[in-house]
Amino acid sequence: MSDASFVRTEMLSEQDPPPTSVGVIGWLRANLFSNWWNAILTVLCLAAIWYVLSGLLGWTLRSVWNAGSLNECRDVMIANWGSTHGHACWGVINDRWLQLLFGFYPPELYYRPILAMLLLFAALAPVLFADKVPPKLLYVTAAYPFLMPWLMWGGSIWTPIGVAAGFVVAYLVGRKLGGTASGLVLGILSAVVWWMLWFGLPGQAETFDSGVGRVLVAGLGENLASISPDTAPFWLETVESRKFGGFMLSVLIGVVAIGCSLPLGILLALGRQSNMLIVKAICVGFIEFIRGVPLITLLFVASTLLNIFLPPGTNFDIILRVMIMVTLFAAAYMAEVIRGGLAGLPTGQYEGADSLGLNYWQAQRLIIMPQALKISIPGIVSTFIGIFKDTTLVSIIALLDPLGLSNSIRADTDWNGIYWELFAFIALMFFIACFGMSRYSMYLERKLKTEND
Amino acid sequence: MAESMHDTMVEREIDRRKMQVSEEVAIQITGMNKWFGMFHVLRDIDLTVHKGERIVICGPSGSGKSTLIRCINRLEEHQTGQIVVEGTELTSDLKNIDKIRSEVGMCFQHFNLFPHLTILENCTLAPIWVRKIPKREAEETAMHFLEKVKIPEQAEKYPGQLSGGQQQRVAIARSLCMRPRIMLFDEPTSALDPEMIKEVLDTMIELAEEGMTMLCVTHEMGFARQVANRVIFMDDGQIVEQNEPEEFFKNPKSDRTKLFLSQILGH
Repeated sequence: MSDASFVRTEMLSEQDPPPTSVGVIGWLRANLFSNWWNAILTVLCLAAIWYVLSGLLGWTLRSVWNAGSLNECRDVMIANWGSTHGHACWGVINDRWLQLLFGFYPPELYYRPILAMLLLFAALAPVLFADKVPPKLLYVTAAYPFLMPWLMWGGSIWTPIGVAAGFVVAYLVGRKLGGTASGLVLGILSAVVWWMLWFGLPGQAETFDSGVGRVLVAGLGENLASISPDTAPFWLETVESRKFGGFMLSVLIGVVAIGCSLPLGILLALGRQSNMLIVKAICVGFIEFIRGVPLITLLFVASTLLNIFLPPGTNFDIILRVMIMVTLFAAAYMAEVIRGGLAGLPTGQYEGADSLGLNYWQAQRLIIMPQALKISIPGIVSTFIGIFKDTTLVSIIALLDPLGLSNSIRADTDWNGIYWELFAFIALMFFIACFGMSRYSMYLERKLKTEND
Repeated sequence: MAESMHDTMVEREIDRRKMQVSEEVAIQITGMNKWFGMFHVLRDIDLTVHKGERIVICGPSGSGKSTLIRCINRLEEHQTGQIVVEGTELTSDLKNIDKIRSEVGMCFQHFNLFPHLTILENCTLAPIWVRKIPKREAEETAMHFLEKVKIPEQAEKYPGQLSGGQQQRVAIARSLCMRPRIMLFDEPTSALDPEMIKEVLDTMIELAEEGMTMLCVTHEMGFARQVANRVIFMDDGQIVEQNEPEEFFKNPKSDRTKLFLSQILGH
């Protein structure tokens, strides 16, 4: 009988793996203490984490919540712990959190930004979670761009209705002339022009007796100006732009910039790939110029220089100007991110769409963009997050975003000298928003992942 | 020589009842030239395709055969000469181009299915958006053609979940859903594993049996011999020789054709 031959006479039963390779112990061994060197590193890392956390948690938790000023805080600290070092004074947040959220928005009207925020969630839901919410919510989404400014700035309900009607009329005219795409473009253009007129019109405190509206359609301007709380139904008390501030302002600018920069970025990316020489040149020029200039410069242009270029007497709303600048800035980056996605598509996809007789816009909408945007999701969301955080730069042109407010809070003698607590609170709020966006992008990527591709 | 010709040949008898060439002209190409930059890819192409013809175009790589059929539905633009498809001349007029593209189906070497859509959606997309057919009706048509290419059970899957041969059959079904009058095939089996080539060729033969006008760039000489009524040999951007398959394979006239045939058949 040779060694090569073997016959099993008895089958082995299943046994448990050794306890050192499964469960908590197995995991620890495999991941933290696989050999001496790793064990030492693990211990060192744990010590470092403990060192940082013990300081941070001590500062955060052994802190003063009820105090009306920094001096009061310090008195409490000395009474409790004998020293002011290593203790946070959350009294400032306790005292000023409403201001950090709403700026100088009139407190009796807080319900309006809150309502706008809740409506924002309702408007976003059908876009973000298309398969989980009733499609009827899309009506809220469609109405939101018209409702939100009315809620925030107040005035007559006829203004947003007028803008919406202008949009619909321009859309229908455009569709008659040259298909759905041109209808949409015309409609959006008309809505934008309408809003700019409205913001330029008298009645908005800052723009009194001036405004693009006056210059362009003087007669219409007079008529709208004559509408007063007594004559107009559904009149909301107007709130001036300079009273806007805090996270409300950041979210407002951020949402508008994010919402407008994606479609604009798509158009720019397509324009950059266009065969039409002039369209291409304009898009490339725009993208390269905007990307080559710091956002702060653009914001300064928005706040000061723009007045030099516009007709004398024009002075349209500072927040609107900032929104436009941040949107353009975001759109240039968006265009490049989307161009990356477009470059990732094989030419066969274009040929497949062409060979079936789909026209350019149908091919873009049904075949190219769904795939290109899917590839670009991480880049798009990174740009969104970056833009949302960049809204804090408006503090430089004297808008009171949370960072700007932290300066004005410090200017108060009660809170002169307080830094970390304010920054920590602001950081936390931004973190929540940005982390939310980041998690959403991961969820979306998982959802859109079809097999083998 | 005979060995390799038989390996992809069709075992079953081909039903030739409907495979009749009519007098009606489907495609008329006259004096057509095309350049890629300075490179003269297609030189003075004259070609008349009658309704019901099954033409196989072969030739060495770089001979312009793919470019020729891509010109027929304007995936490539020709510079001089005239191409008339089903009575419509191909000019830069977008209306004409879209009209011709919806009449002419095309299958590609790499299938070019849309990976983000299911098989059924791939098939209904163009009928719904280009032909403006109601969704239900488009889905019924799609299922009809998916049954025809023998993969109705895959309708809800995504292209990435299918084998190459299945994907190519879906691509054929997708084209057929537009009810084209002419089908163009650009090396439909070149990217497939050998055992999948047959299933695609079978589908194409069935199509030929129903009288479809077909132009096919392929190296499947078994298919050419059995199904085609005309074989065209191209080299250096020009049509070098064309003939009925029997004559073409038995008595090639030009030296270039003889060399080509000996290279692809004689190993």
